[in-house]
This record gives sequence, C-alpha cells and structure tokens, in this order.
Amino acid sequence: MTTLSIEVKANKDQMRARRKRFGRSALRHLFLVIAASAFALPIYLALVISTHSAIDLLRGVPFAPGTKLISNLSSLFRGLPGTPRLGKMIFNSAIMALAITILKLGLSIPAAYAISFFRFRSRDLLFGLIFVTLMMPIEVRFFPTYAVTAKLGMLNSQFGLILPLVASATAVFVLRQFFMAFPIELADAARIDGIGPIRFLIKIVLPLSRPVLAALAVLEFVYGWNQYLWPLVISSSANSSTIVMGIKGLISAAESFAIPQWNLVMALAIVALIPPVIVVIAMQKWFIKGLTTGIS
Amino acid sequence: MTINASEKSAISSGTEAGFTPSEEPTTELGVKTSRKSSRRSTSSTGTPSNFLPVSFPNKFLPLLLILPEVLVVAVFFIWPSAQAIYQSTIQSNAFGLGSKFAGLANFKAALASGYTRSLTITAIFTLVTTVVSMAIGLLLAMQVEQTGRFRPIYRTLFIWSYAVPGAVAGTIWLFLFEPKIGPGAKLLQSMGIHWNFALSGSQAFTLICAMTIWQQCAYNYIFFSAGLQAIPANVIEAAGLDCKGWQKFKYIIFPLLSPTTLFVLILDVLSALFGSFSVIDIVSQGGPGGSTTTLVYALYRDGFQNGDVGLAGAETLLLFVLSAILLLLQSRITRRRVHYR
Repeated sequence: MTTLSIEVKANKDQMRARRKRFGRSALRHLFLVIAASAFALPIYLALVISTHSAIDLLRGVPFAPGTKLISNLSSLFRGLPGTPRLGKMIFNSAIMALAITILKLGLSIPAAYAISFFRFRSRDLLFGLIFVTLMMPIEVRFFPTYAVTAKLGMLNSQFGLILPLVASATAVFVLRQFFMAFPIELADAARIDGIGPIRFLIKIVLPLSRPVLAALAVLEFVYGWNQYLWPLVISSSANSSTIVMGIKGLISAAESFAIPQWNLVMALAIVALIPPVIVVIAMQKWFIKGLTTGIS
Repeated sequence: MTINASEKSAISSGTEAGFTPSEEPTTELGVKTSRKSSRRSTSSTGTPSNFLPVSFPNKFLPLLLILPEVLVVAVFFIWPSAQAIYQSTIQSNAFGLGSKFAGLANFKAALASGYTRSLTITAIFTLVTTVVSMAIGLLLAMQVEQTGRFRPIYRTLFIWSYAVPGAVAGTIWLFLFEPKIGPGAKLLQSMGIHWNFALSGSQAFTLICAMTIWQQCAYNYIFFSAGLQAIPANVIEAAGLDCKGWQKFKYIIFPLLSPTTLFVLILDVLSALFGSFSVIDIVSQGGPGGSTTTLVYALYRDGFQNGDVGLAGAETLLLFVLSAILLLLQSRITRRRVHYR
C-alpha cells in the first residue's frame, strides 16, 4: 500500500467521474436536440409543403423541399378568387403592427413619466384607471368595445382597428417600474442644473431607457402583428384584411378547388410568421427582458 | 384599496425580474443588487410618493402628459365596460329595434345556454395545457441551464415558437392533422386510431390542447430560465455538496423557484382562458358538437353569429368577474410571500 496505488485509484475514480459527466452531458444534448426538432417539425413541414405543387401533396406529404416556392408565392401575390392579394395583406399587417407599437409607446411614455416624476392631485386615481386595463385583454371586452366603436363610426377604419388594442396598461406599467428605479443622483443633478421636466425627459430619461423601450417595441410589434380576434370582428371588407386574419379566408378558398391548394395556405402561413419570429429571434435579449419585467 | 392591492402584487411579481436602469448587461435578467431591491421593497410598502426619485412642481403639465392615455382608456375601456353592464340587463327583440329591461334574465339565459358546459371545457383545457406546458417548460429550462456555452443556441431554438401567430400555428396544425392527407393524421391512422377531428369531439379537443401546449412551452421556458438565472450560483453550488440530482431539485431549486412558478401559473391560466380564440376559430369553430366551445368562443358565437346582445353582455360580465377573481387570487398568493429571499 504505497502512495502510488492510492494515486492510481484516485486517477481511475477521476476518469470514471469524467466519463460519467461526459455521458450525461451527451445525453442532455441529445434530448435537447430532439426536443428542439420536435418543436420545429410543424414549421419545417409547412415550409416543405409551401415549395410543392398541390398535386404533389396528393401522393403524400414529401419530406424534402421542392421547387415551386416562387410560383406559389406569385399566385398568392396575384390573389386567389375572393381573397385579397398577399402584398395588400402584408401592407395592412405592417401598418397595424407599427401603428400599435408607435401609438402605444407614444401614449405610454408621457403617461408613465407623469405618474413617476410628478406629484399631482389625481395621480393615484388616474393610475388606477389605467391600471385596471391590465387585467382585461381584448378577448374579454371585445363585445362591448365593438358597440362603442360602432357608435363612434369607426368600424372599418384604421382608428377603430388600432385604438382599442392600444387601450391597455402593459407599457405604462413596465415603464413605471423602470422609472421608479431611476438613479436619484442623476435626477438631483439635473434639477440643480435647472433643467425643466420636458428637457429632463428628452435628454436624460429617454436615452437611459433605451433598453426598456426596445423591449417594449418588440413586445408590442409581436402583439400587434399577431392580432386575430379584433381585426376579424371590426373589419368586414376583404381589402382591409391583415395577413393573420386573411389566412382563414384563404383556407376556405383553397379548399374550394378540386385539388385543395394547401401548398398556398402553407406558403401564406410561412410568410405570416416570418416577421414576428425574426423580430423575436433578432432581439431575443430585449424580448425576454420585456416579457419578464412586465405582464403581457 | 383593491387597486392598491393588485398594484402591489404586480410589483412584487415583477420584482424578481426587474430592469436595472444601468445599461451594463449583468445577466440577461438583470439580477438586482441588494441595494436596489431594498429600495423597491420599501417602496411597495410605503406610500408611493415617498420614494420617487424626483418630483417636479408642475401641476398642469403632468395632466397634459397623461391625458392622451387616459382618454384612450376611458373611451375604449371604461365606456365599453359600462356598456357591458348596461347591455347585460336589457333584452332586445328579434329585430334589434326595441329593448326592455330584463333584470337577471340574461344571466339565467347564459347559464342555461350551455354556459356551464363551456365553463367545464374551459376549465379542463386550462388545467391540461397549463400543467403540461409548465412541466415541459421547466424541464427544458433546467436542461438548457446546464449546457454552458451552448445555452444561447438552445435559448434561440426554444423561444421562437412563442412569436408564431396563433391563427398561423392553428392553420399549420390543421393541415398536418387533416384526416385525408395530413402527415400527422396518417401517422395516427397507421397506429390504428380512427382519426377525424371534424367528427370526434375528444380528438378536436386533444388537437387544440396539443397545439396550445406547443406554443405555451416557449413562453414558460422563457420565464423558468429567467427564474433559474436569478437563483444565486453559490446557493446551487453549496447545495451540490450535500445532495444531487432529483434531491437537489426537490429541496433546493424548486422551492427557490416558487415565485416564478406561481407567476407562470397565473399567466398560463389567464392565457388559456382568454388567448385560445384564434386557434379554435381556425381549427374547429367550437365544434364538433360544442366540444371545443370555450367561454370566449361562446361569447363570440352568441354575440356576433347569433347577435344576442343581452346574452353576450351577460357573458362578458361573467368573464370580467372571472378575471377579477383570478387577479384577486394572484394578489392574495403573492402577498403571502412565496419568496425565500
């Protein structure tokens, strides 16, 4: 029993532990890769189908991409009978998503700034008023909101489409959270220098809020682009259809063909999901921050 | 007072994942320094005006700043809510011309028109999707946390499905499980299952659940991985000396994660209750035989397809009450402090 044999034994143990750890990590990667593929499989299949012709599908769904993507897209751009053209729908979606993003930030920044940096009499009351909207998504209140929008003569208009979706407190709430943790030293310094409230907002608060503003912009864009129920309820003309709600019309149009045009439906689905997915992946850091800070 | 309570709860639920105002990216979550967290925790107990970083003396300017937001909220939120209360008590005739006060008749009609069935369907749907997607989300987050430098890659692979619009996801799944040519349907049929969700209520329900889970997992993964990141590394390390694997998860990680778990639970319940409309409308339109008619879908059918204003008003009000109860519950639970820190 010399030190040598002990050392050898220790070495062996170490080796075994290392091998075990390696095995476990390989297993973990295997599991995660399988899980990720399972999540991606539906989208992959949709992508593959969008590159084939409708007749190809009758022989069973292929697993490898085909060559018809361009022709499928161009028939979408021309529009099926009774459905709006793809370009028009993309345009409508982009306008809606961007308008919601810009309006939401444009309304929320001053409101949150007023709540966080001023003391005025009705502040708590007004904040409470804004705050209750946090708990009522449009799905809960769409029916009476429809009646009000109709009374205001805003059916079939961009205002009627966008404003009710903007009436929610998420952004005000997230911004308020952020403003509350604002460094006191900066604010004091600004006040000593005699900087007024508006200049303080523009020169100091907003530049420092860039991360939270980016996060909110991502959240609101995805929220706006993905809307389905409200656009469906509010707009009756096919011309104002967004791409997400237009997909339902395309399904019934595609099914009315002798050979169902599922390849076109899948092509539209892929086009519709690309913008929000790209935005989330490209800005995932901000997106995650935005989600985990507020309540969406 | 109720507003204060819910406000407090929302603050504490957001706290564990708060923004740090400094731009330095400490962790993706921005784990707070103790100084800041103490400042904020005093803030939620004290009166709101005590901790404000700065207060400008202007009286008129803040009202001007807040006015646009308040206006939008008043017109598109407060007014419709009042309208819902009013509508729920009137009964319009078949042509929508005259109307008369109906008392609670609409609520009675709502409860009679299969509302309890929709309630049951919604409850089962909520239970199934929440439990399964939380389990998967937590499992994924736990595994991804331990992959070291590969973590960002896996994060990207698991978050994107949240961004897919519900209607689009529904469309893709609709085709994959289309009884005649859908590959998913063929797979099931080759396993000897008579797959046709247009005829079988339970199959339609299962399909909707599966696809909601597919989407919700990404969302839950994001929150759980944020929660795991917020657990101090030295606590995990110290725990690793005493226990391993399942023990470590059960006695150390899971209890420390409980605020996140609760937060995710409530968000999932809310989104299952209210967020599933697009998927259902694309895949099954509430059918077959009402087997996928959730509360929101029932409201859509009664209000827009059948044009029964009074009934829809009553159903809206019942939804209001339901979400109010949930929020009250949330504030109750968060106030009882599941936090260990």
